Amino acid sequence: MLTMTPKEISERSSLRINPCKTCQPVGAMYAALGVHNCMPHSHGSQGCASYHRTFLSRHFKEPAMASTSSFTEGASVFGGGSNLRTGVKNVFDIYNPDIIAIHTTCLSETIGDDLTAFIQDMDIPEGKYVVHTNTPSYVGSHINGFYNMMSGFINYMAESTGKSNGKTAIFPGFVNPGDIRELKRILKLMKVPFTMFPDQSGIMDAPMTGNYSMYPKGGTTIPEIVGLGDCEKVLALGELTSEEPANILERKCKVPYSLMQLPIGIEATDKFVMELSQITNEEIPYELEEERGQLVDIILDAHFYFHDKKVAIFGDPDTVLGLTRLVLEMGMIPKYVLTGTPGEAFVKLANNLFEQYGVSDCIAKASGDLFELHQWIKNEKVDLLLGTSYGKQIAKAEDIPFVRAGFPILDRYAHSYSPILGYKGALRMVELIAGALMDKQDRDASDEEFEIVM
Amino acid sequence: MNVRNIVLDKYSAKVYKNRKEHIMELTEETKNQPIAANSRTIPGIITNRGCCYAGCKGVVLGPLKDVLVLTHGPIGCGFYSWGTRRNKAKTEDGRNFIEYCFSTDLQEPDIVFGGEKKLRQAIKEAIDIFKPKCIMICSTCPVGLIGDDIHAVAAETEKLYGITCMAFSCEGYKGVSQSGGHHIANNTLMKKIIGVNDTPPKNKYSVNILGEYNIGGDGWEVERILKRIGYNVISVFTGDGSFEAIQNSHMANLNLVQCHRSINYIAEMMKTKYGVDWIKVNFVGIKSTIQSLRDMATYFGDKELAERTEEVIDDELANIAEEKEYYYSKLKGKTAALFVGGSRSHHYQLLLSDFGVSTVLAGYEFAHRDDYEGREVIPTIKEDADSKNIEHLNVEKDEKKYHAYLTDEQYQQLKSKIPLEDYTGMIRHMENGSIVVDDLNQFETDEFLKLLKPDIFFSGIKDKYSLQKSGVLSRQLHSYDYSGPYSGFRGSINFARDITMGLYTPAWRFVTPPWKNRSTLKASLAGGEE
Repeated sequence: MLTMTPKEISERSSLRINPCKTCQPVGAMYAALGVHNCMPHSHGSQGCASYHRTFLSRHFKEPAMASTSSFTEGASVFGGGSNLRTGVKNVFDIYNPDIIAIHTTCLSETIGDDLTAFIQDMDIPEGKYVVHTNTPSYVGSHINGFYNMMSGFINYMAESTGKSNGKTAIFPGFVNPGDIRELKRILKLMKVPFTMFPDQSGIMDAPMTGNYSMYPKGGTTIPEIVGLGDCEKVLALGELTSEEPANILERKCKVPYSLMQLPIGIEATDKFVMELSQITNEEIPYELEEERGQLVDIILDAHFYFHDKKVAIFGDPDTVLGLTRLVLEMGMIPKYVLTGTPGEAFVKLANNLFEQYGVSDCIAKASGDLFELHQWIKNEKVDLLLGTSYGKQIAKAEDIPFVRAGFPILDRYAHSYSPILGYKGALRMVELIAGALMDKQDRDASDEEFEIVM
Repeated sequence: MNVRNIVLDKYSAKVYKNRKEHIMELTEETKNQPIAANSRTIPGIITNRGCCYAGCKGVVLGPLKDVLVLTHGPIGCGFYSWGTRRNKAKTEDGRNFIEYCFSTDLQEPDIVFGGEKKLRQAIKEAIDIFKPKCIMICSTCPVGLIGDDIHAVAAETEKLYGITCMAFSCEGYKGVSQSGGHHIANNTLMKKIIGVNDTPPKNKYSVNILGEYNIGGDGWEVERILKRIGYNVISVFTGDGSFEAIQNSHMANLNLVQCHRSINYIAEMMKTKYGVDWIKVNFVGIKSTIQSLRDMATYFGDKELAERTEEVIDDELANIAEEKEYYYSKLKGKTAALFVGGSRSHHYQLLLSDFGVSTVLAGYEFAHRDDYEGREVIPTIKEDADSKNIEHLNVEKDEKKYHAYLTDEQYQQLKSKIPLEDYTGMIRHMENGSIVVDDLNQFETDEFLKLLKPDIFFSGIKDKYSLQKSGVLSRQLHSYDYSGPYSGFRGSINFARDITMGLYTPAWRFVTPPWKNRSTLKASLAGGEE
């Protein structure tokens, strides 16, 4: 496996090998799927929508519906206006969503289609919405696409009536439905009235009923999105994912926001819970304190399996930073921390964490790829690999215990139902990490060293 | 009203006019009517189709294990085609490029100022690290728009580094589906690779298997059977395929075409240029495999080979007899719907019928009319603007390398006996009353599902979960849901096992919670009855 990857690291300025990111539109599509009765629409050639739906379906094991403008050469030369008009009419006629959320592709961006103008000229049925965002694939990554789509909804729909609705808006970041459910559980325990935006729970983890519905029960509703402008404040989770839409909402509707770490690990969850308690002036319920105590208890119980173990973590920026905090809290060393998404803020935040925990010789990189990560590992091995399904190649090549977290996970089931956020999510990660390390110890043990009790 | 009309009736006039040409309810009369295919998908329709790049890089070039395929474009296209289409490949030295994803990851300034410089540099870096024998450059949508001359860069690379380098202008917007990409890939393989190495084959029963992508190891299973009989398989296009083997493929005496749609171009061109005949085979299904093996024996016209063929068939059949009977008893009487890329909806109907499963609906994602109606309609297919944009390569006879296995007389004699340069298309094998749909979309899938109620719907990942949420088993025929092989005799049993376990999974009984049934029994109906 990956036998052609050399140990010697050479300077690469142009060749990307085994990327650790993908393009904006898949993020935009995922964000739009978190809106109730919404049809995501990809404005470009149909291969994009096909790839994006495929990846979302493979990760969530759920249908990921989206329409496309189905460009051919004609549209690429003369512009995609006519395809979009026809497309939007057909989507409303045939699939009857309440809202169509259009994102661009590198094709429609390169020819310069003016989506704002196209949409202004459209006949949109009464009571229905069409929104858009620009998601050129040659800028940023799927994370940018995700928050750009959120911004698209806010730009088109959020309104300020001047009267507060008493709610806190939660921007959960690019996370799984299981994470969103966990956030909602905590919010309910803390008695915080909230709007979750976007909210893929109920949609990308819909139950089996024997009756397929193109628009399942979940998702942020249109009144909730309009009402974002009347929220008391926004908790924007994920320092590198959620600021842009929060900022746009603040400028448009004067809703203040707190930019917070994605609540992965003890400290980040503590901060989140305390922020919630400030909102309602409610005490933090024993139920959460108990969960927290259980989490700390298990980490301490098992600390000798974690202490000074080196970890390589890769994936999306806020997820990676969260997992980095968690492993630091567990006493592990995040030797390599890498995201494919560009942006030096990631490196700064990671370095702050290294400093906070006094770990040295750790490397953080943004805009990196897995080929490079593998080369680092070849030069100095790690004890654990933490990231998306594409890490399994490296894990196999170097015989490293591997725990999956992030997007995409293509080779496991039910992962997206279980959180990595909150105390419960951290406990799950601790279990997975300990299990992976202990499985390796068992596998490598000679018969006389093999222990039933560990 | 027939099922077709019920579904079509829900469309607006414009969509109705277009889609009615693509949907056919088979009767004696309609069976001979043309079906619309290989035309544009209507914007807004939720289609399962992919793009030209997916057909070129994903399907035909991707499985070449000894080639460094470099996607020139922003990161998405390269990323999505990394390890996601199944095509198993073994290498002796571990140099397997399929494990890697290479891209120029174009950024905004590259789109504004041109990406050629970055492409040249990426090639240099790739050669420094990997020392490949061959590089293939595949372009994506924006590259075509900004006008990077990838072909010039490829020519320059060959000169500069002395390796083979070829470029594929397979931008996603070209053509109407993946099909255009297959054609573009075929053309370049023909121009640049086939015919380069004249090593004589081991015996005269030398064949290539074309259009076999080794999903789940299908190619290996077919090769195993052919080798047992005494055939020499020179190359497989392109499952477990290699640049090296394909260079020698023109030395074969017969081409076996499995997936007609993706590779018939190469079969035709090799016939013209090198005199290599081709027959349409199908190694999916027990009866089909037997028929294909017998057709091959007939082609070579050797008594010993024919006897050996029968011996192997008997032996393989004996090996699966017991299991075959068991699965037949579990599956007979079930009904299926199939919607797959090209050819497979046809192949799998025959395998299903081996186990007593009948097909109520079948369709292709990116077929042309000949895949449905047979090759005789090719001269009547009207070329439209989208197909004109895909280069049609005109090849000529290569006087030095041309070799024909059959004399003209033998050829004429065999033409009526075996599918020599012929494919009758899917429709001819289908029962009256069944439905054929070209480019089936999500709306039609949902509607036909309600009306036809098949026990199994074979499709791909994008509609798999919506089908299952409706309470109908769905198996992916693009990936076999990571099982297989499904080809040949053993493969048929694997397939039957997989669908049997799918249909008989106990959890299906629990889809409806018990309290739902109980409450309806107690509810009073509108008429006042208990």
